[in-house]
Amino acid sequence: MYFVVAGAGEVGFHLSQALLEAGHEVTIIEADRRRANFVQEKLGSIVMNAPADEGRAQMEAGCSRADALIAVTGDDAKNLVICQLAKLRCHTPRVIARVNNPKNEIVFKTLGIDETISSTRVLMNVIEQELPSGGFMPLMSLAGSANELIEAEIAIGTPPAGKNVGSLRLPSGALVGGIIRKGKLLHADDDTKLEVGDRVMVFSPTAAESEVRKALFG
Amino acid sequence: MNVVIVGCGRVGGFLAGLLDSEGHRVSVVDIASTSPARAERAWFQHLPSSFKGETILGDGTDLEVLRQAGIEHADSLLALTEGDNRNLMAAQIAQKIFGVKQVIAKVNDPVRAQTYREMGINTFSRTTILGTLLHAMLQEDREVGEVLMRKALAHEAEMVLEPMKTPVKAR
Repeated sequence: MYFVVAGAGEVGFHLSQALLEAGHEVTIIEADRRRANFVQEKLGSIVMNAPADEGRAQMEAGCSRADALIAVTGDDAKNLVICQLAKLRCHTPRVIARVNNPKNEIVFKTLGIDETISSTRVLMNVIEQELPSGGFMPLMSLAGSANELIEAEIAIGTPPAGKNVGSLRLPSGALVGGIIRKGKLLHADDDTKLEVGDRVMVFSPTAAESEVRKALFG
Repeated sequence: MNVVIVGCGRVGGFLAGLLDSEGHRVSVVDIASTSPARAERAWFQHLPSSFKGETILGDGTDLEVLRQAGIEHADSLLALTEGDNRNLMAAQIAQKIFGVKQVIAKVNDPVRAQTYREMGINTFSRTTILGTLLHAMLQEDREVGEVLMRKALAHEAEMVLEPMKTPVKAR
């Protein structure tokens, strides 16, 4: 596949390296000349020294034949505009934006950028997974749709404990995809009984996250 | 009219003063700069001392900051920072999330200005506007050049008479 990576900071550099190692074709756009030269020395002549938020640079980088553009600069507004320009002017089929301020995830979605990565959010999820009380975790957003995967642990005294999956008051569009009980993955039917300590995998529209939380924790 | 202005540089400060003196409700948002060179200069130094509106120190692409500036009741938002991308983000947030009717963004790159105009965001590029004005003046195109210049000079005269806001030192 062909990827255009906008921004050759630490994230852009290592991402490009990984993509190259996986056998993909990559062009990196970096506005800073010194950084562009440095990355060029390390990865070969796949670096374009130009501002990625300008339409001309995107055209030259071949965004119109790219399978995906990934904007990973340290500036959220720039990442937003890079992705929107690629979508509008080059019709790049898939655009992914790095979001530095996790609050901007929802803003980007509203403004038409469906796929975002927030390192803060990823780290928070890892930390929450380690905490005993971290019973509710949105794990990932599902590519190309406004849905996400949530993991939740059934706690003592919550509405679902001891009840059937079918009796959960999940919002419309949400469904239980599976249950992890004592390390084993179980199939979830409507009449599967939920036990305290079960970890439930829920697929849900991203917008209905708080309703899922309510259904599971009351 | 309730107006939110994001970016209080020379243009933002000038426009805020003008609208305020005409009796409109204006709030101005400008980012708290971390660079010492910038902090030495006052954040809202380009506002006239008579300015009665709100000044909010914060990021104009942050929903909470925009709410503080009264965006939920704003009739217009003008995004006039030095960054094209920040202006485009603030303008889109105002239009798509808060439903502000009139949204104008300063975008100096003509390509980006055009792309977003096609998307329904009102954009103007200093490059093309100033260039067109100067061109009209050279051609002695009265319709464009003279009318605009007369208006601009009149506003300038008013502004010069008024002292600027006393600089606020960064704490």
